[in-house]
Amino acid sequence: MERETISVTVNGRAYERAVEPRRLLSDFLREDLRLTGTHVGCEHGVCGSCTVMMDGVTARSCLTFAVMADGADIETIEGLGTVDAMHPVQQAFWEKHGLQCGFCTPGMLMTAVELLKANPDPSVDDIRDTISGNLCRCTGYQTIVESIQHAAKLMREDGP
Amino acid sequence: MSDRGHIPESRQREKPRADLQWIGKSMKRVEDPRLLVGKGIYADDINVPEMAHAAVLRSPHAHARIVSIDASKAEALPGVLCVMTGADAAEVCDPLPTWASPPVLQAVIAHDRVRHVGEAVVAVAAEDRYIAEDACDLIEVEYEPLPPVVDPEEALTSTGDAVLHPERGDTNIGLERTLTFGPVEEDFAAADLVIERRFRWPRSGGQPLETVGAVASFDEGAGRFTIQCNTSMYNYCGWMIASTLRVAPHKLNIVPTLAGGSFGSKMFVHKVPVMAAVLARAVGRPVKFMEDRIDNTTSCDNHASDRVYYAKLALKQDGTLLSLKTRIIDDYGAYLQFGVGQHGNALSQCVGPYRINSVEVDLAAVLTNKCQQGAYRGFGSEVANFVIERLVDAAADELGVDRIALRRQNFIQPDQFPYLIPTGNMYDSGNYQAVLEETLKLADVEGWRAKQAEGRKEGRYIGIGVASCQERSVFSATEFWMWNLEPGVEWTSSPDGVSVKIDPTGKAFVTLHSPFWGNSPETVAAQVLAEQLTIDPSDIEITYSDTDQGLNSTGPGGSRFTVMVTGAIVGAAGKIREKLLRIAAHLMEADVRDLTLEDGAVQVKGVPDMKMSIAELADKAHYYRLSMPEDLDLTSGLDATYVYDHPVTTLPDPDERHMGIFYPIMGHSCHIPVVEVDIETGQVHFLHYAAVHDCGTMVNPMTLEGHIRGGTVNGIGTALFEEFSYDEAGQLTTALWTDYLIPTIKESPADIVVGHVETPSPFTEYGVKGGGEGGRMGGPPAIAAAIEDALKPLGVTIDSLPLPPSKLRALIREAQARSA
Repeated sequence: MERETISVTVNGRAYERAVEPRRLLSDFLREDLRLTGTHVGCEHGVCGSCTVMMDGVTARSCLTFAVMADGADIETIEGLGTVDAMHPVQQAFWEKHGLQCGFCTPGMLMTAVELLKANPDPSVDDIRDTISGNLCRCTGYQTIVESIQHAAKLMREDGP
Repeated sequence: MSDRGHIPESRQREKPRADLQWIGKSMKRVEDPRLLVGKGIYADDINVPEMAHAAVLRSPHAHARIVSIDASKAEALPGVLCVMTGADAAEVCDPLPTWASPPVLQAVIAHDRVRHVGEAVVAVAAEDRYIAEDACDLIEVEYEPLPPVVDPEEALTSTGDAVLHPERGDTNIGLERTLTFGPVEEDFAAADLVIERRFRWPRSGGQPLETVGAVASFDEGAGRFTIQCNTSMYNYCGWMIASTLRVAPHKLNIVPTLAGGSFGSKMFVHKVPVMAAVLARAVGRPVKFMEDRIDNTTSCDNHASDRVYYAKLALKQDGTLLSLKTRIIDDYGAYLQFGVGQHGNALSQCVGPYRINSVEVDLAAVLTNKCQQGAYRGFGSEVANFVIERLVDAAADELGVDRIALRRQNFIQPDQFPYLIPTGNMYDSGNYQAVLEETLKLADVEGWRAKQAEGRKEGRYIGIGVASCQERSVFSATEFWMWNLEPGVEWTSSPDGVSVKIDPTGKAFVTLHSPFWGNSPETVAAQVLAEQLTIDPSDIEITYSDTDQGLNSTGPGGSRFTVMVTGAIVGAAGKIREKLLRIAAHLMEADVRDLTLEDGAVQVKGVPDMKMSIAELADKAHYYRLSMPEDLDLTSGLDATYVYDHPVTTLPDPDERHMGIFYPIMGHSCHIPVVEVDIETGQVHFLHYAAVHDCGTMVNPMTLEGHIRGGTVNGIGTALFEEFSYDEAGQLTTALWTDYLIPTIKESPADIVVGHVETPSPFTEYGVKGGGEGGRMGGPPAIAAAIEDALKPLGVTIDSLPLPPSKLRALIREAQARSA
């Protein structure tokens, strides 16, 4: 199949790659760029595990073709923080037990980051609305809400 | 020995204590940092040089003969490395592992006949997954349809072409047994009242967010497979995969990856690793086979109990429960991988927390054209909870007494433990009254009763449900073999091992021999070893063994892990502590009886200056042999392995009067949901939810609560939404998550109020009990009771799950029509 060349920025780094038009963004990130932190759960857009940020807005990478990301600025879980320097959202999920198996976590975290950028002091209902498109099979969600509330607090304390 | 068997002496070494440093603390998880930054390595994250990718063409038919397969176009597609049919696979491998005896033979790729939609028909390995899937599209298969068997009760009478496995006889009954424990007929004869109900428990599944995957490679020079896979039980029975692959067991190494959730569905993964391995050997390159979601929903081990119950509960007019009789038809799908182990499981606690004198179970395990059953959080016992709790509710209603009062009246009393139930299983300990009282308090039942009464005046349908449920933990599987019609293997060991090492600098290393599958194995191990050696958990590193290095370890299924790894670490740490003390005694010229290990150092009691840190002693142990006493046993280094056997188990009675003790570490829970039903839409809203669990001594309350809440939401899914639903043609109509409805946050209670009662086990180290499954085992009967209570003015009875809005609306409509 013919390939098309695309240019994308992922976590601040520029890439140019030739991809088949049918190649999913999730496969492009995971296999071509070896950024395996983005997980594929259902591959039909229901679970939200594959959520990444595309030009500052969350997107399901399993429902996005890589060619659609040509010219886009993408952020994945790998760009959020490191073990030694966690993003406040990562820190909060650790402290509040917002994860068990960790498979939905990258998508959850990207979704939470988008919310907290727009709304530094979200209500419980805001949080519940925001993550209602992400499935978690382990936690029952309650500690995820607590984690995001806690992250908001940490971010407010840290300042912008 | 009574008719119910005997109770062995306890082998507990570590008593529960109040002064523990690490056990009982809500320590942050050791596992989390790498998972939070996207650096956890799950099966699909494995990437090895020259790796090819597999895809599978699956049967569109529920039941058919395979007449012909034309794969020529697929083979000609550039990038395709191997196309393997069932006939090809049968030449290089044997049937998949099974525990049923006589077996129900299952091939990794079907040949001659397909028995369910989604069964593998052809496998392809190619340069990438896209090409492999293209190739599947080019394969032409001619089928001759056979009659699909979908209804479990109709399966009882199937004959001829409708029989799935004719070589086992002209029937779709895979196994049929009647087991009687105690004087059932006498008890029924003495009863004043018999409650009779038919219940329907739906086929649902763990549905973890990660599917099953494996990367297999074959070293032709060594004749040896390596399979990286997100399975469990690899150090228990992983070698069975080698038999399937026709290599000697030591010619297979299974390497665990992180598992992105299991809930039972990855307990003993077999189809996927075998598929990857046969392809890898065929193409001479490593092969990854990662199920997509449809592969998983249609053809893995995700489907769980699918039962029809005809249940009878005998009782006296004064409310005394006497006897339980059940006729069960369980729809196992096309194969019987775990035999009928789900029913032994259920008999470990089928009388619930109640004194019931006798039990009879009449089981027909039927084979139908559906995906096989596997394990899902409860492994069949959650169904027994639903049945006994619904029966007790029905009995209370029939007698016109309070449902809670009837429970209190029949509870096993705190001074009756350890208690043998009629099936022979032991309840090690418990305090059901305390759990009930605590839950009633947390739930504010009296307050909600008042709100319910107010609401009814306003036309609101608020209901309160109470379920008092057992959560058996730590199976031994000794009962398992009693079900088989022909003797098979009859293992009596179900241990878990651990390896512990202190390096020369004093850092500790733990090797676990079972995997991470979403639980907290590293956190538990760190807490228990820190407790044992009085060190800081941050000085402990945890890794996982493969089968080459593995010690016999059954793994985390059946809420075993925390109890068993705690026992193993107590054993290993004890050996290390003894060596530390001996070395310290020698170096400090003290009597070993005057020494104690505290705060990471060996201390001469009462002499504060006389001590040596573990790091100092480790240095000596590793590098200064000539400073040590002459003792052949005192070899260099500081390490120990320990395989901890099941803490208390006995064999079934040879005359089948009882099944022995096989699932004795008995947790307990009480769930009280408060729901409001919108009778116009059939929607159920949670107004409140309280759950109190007794899992003995808690190792980490935070992670235990995580299991309880997560399990409860699994239970909400089972009660309200989830079903693998097959139509009359045997098509799975809920293969996608657009149709198989997993609870989102919108369907989950905002606050599940969790409480604890701690009744330590007298048999396990520190008194720990398992707690991984109780949420799902307590939720469904409580939710059913709450909905029934809400709809009491309409006279709706709940005896079948799930209850999505459409079904609840239908029940409400029927009730309204009856009363009109």
